[in-house]
Amino acid sequence: MALSTEESGRLAALLSGQADRVTSRWTEIVTSSLRGRLSQAELRRQVQDLHSAIVATSEQGDIDLSADNAAELRAALADLSRGRARQGFSATETTVSIFALKDVLAELVQEAGGANALNDYVAFAKLVDEMGLFTFESFVRTRESLIADQAEQLLELSTPVVKLWEGVVAVPLVGTLDSARAQVVMERLLQTLVDTSSPYAIIDITGVPAVDTQVAQHILKTVVAARLMGADCIISGIRPQIAQTIVALGIEFGDIATKASLADALRHVLRLSGVETARRQPRRGA
Amino acid sequence: MTAGIDLGHPQAQSVRSDEDVVRVRQLVRTVAVAVKLSLVDQTKVVTAASELARNTLVYGGGGSVEVATVENGRRKGVRIVFADSGPGIADLDLALTDGYTTGGGLGLGLSGSRRLVDEFEIETSPETGTRITVTKWSR
Repeated sequence: MALSTEESGRLAALLSGQADRVTSRWTEIVTSSLRGRLSQAELRRQVQDLHSAIVATSEQGDIDLSADNAAELRAALADLSRGRARQGFSATETTVSIFALKDVLAELVQEAGGANALNDYVAFAKLVDEMGLFTFESFVRTRESLIADQAEQLLELSTPVVKLWEGVVAVPLVGTLDSARAQVVMERLLQTLVDTSSPYAIIDITGVPAVDTQVAQHILKTVVAARLMGADCIISGIRPQIAQTIVALGIEFGDIATKASLADALRHVLRLSGVETARRQPRRGA
Repeated sequence: MTAGIDLGHPQAQSVRSDEDVVRVRQLVRTVAVAVKLSLVDQTKVVTAASELARNTLVYGGGGSVEVATVENGRRKGVRIVFADSGPGIADLDLALTDGYTTGGGLGLGLSGSRRLVDEFEIETSPETGTRITVTKWSR
């Protein structure tokens, strides 16, 4: 849906003829749609950038948004939508900034009049539509990359290896244990075992909502890997419903020690490593 | 299949990625809570759904899952249908044997999930793929 050379020539003339008026009117419409969440000055700058990109492109002859000579225009649009996406604006609020140009163009075309007025406006509107869709696409892409980033950060955040006692480290697992997370957990745990030279590791699955065969297999692999490095693994946080499900599924944890709670697991490990815990005798007559 | 009347609309979820398996799990859990399954039964049916949805993804090359509530007299239940258009299961008896796997898993997914639910039905052929229907009734 490209603009022919004559059409884009007229568009360039229209837009650059009254550049100041176009940008002010455009800024005005956008400002009212964003309800003051961006400063007038910032909006004016964005609109001016877009304006000059469109004029620059239309002066080169025919406009085709997917062609090479529209690269600058595409960059300006992508810039705008990236900024809006990161600032938390909705898709509508972002694309309205582009569609606002239609209103401006309608006014200009009407004033200029002439035999081609309607045809020109339809062609210009198509271009604006295309620009709007392009903006929408890049808005979605930015949002998707934000979500992917956050998922990655969550992956990092949600797998801490904590030291519970001298020689005892624990991994509290929370949420879904998919292959990617299981890999991160295993790497972290094994590295921490080396760094702290701990002989005991506790894997706590209190926060794992469902233990299916894949989760079980990931845990078993981690335990076997830790064993190869000479550390003993205890699985804790096995709730009644999880225990019954594991039995029904037929998963066997073999000789791996399992405990209902993290406290039980810690007590078990302390006993194994010969640490005595005793309650202090209450002082008589105190 | 036992006589059961569908309550409300069945919920469908396509299975194309690992995230979809998580979505299936959440959907099944929501429905299981809605029909008042006990915590143990909720966990069992969610785990079975997780296994079968992953089978749909890994062995069936993706497919769809439909979750519906069913009623049989005074009991309510969850019925889940897993359908794919994959290559089907060559030897069903062997596939339902504990510890048998063609994919490097524990080999307990299919056989184990049969023990986790009350009703379990498989239709499979190389032409139409595999369709598994499971039902878990409230006690």
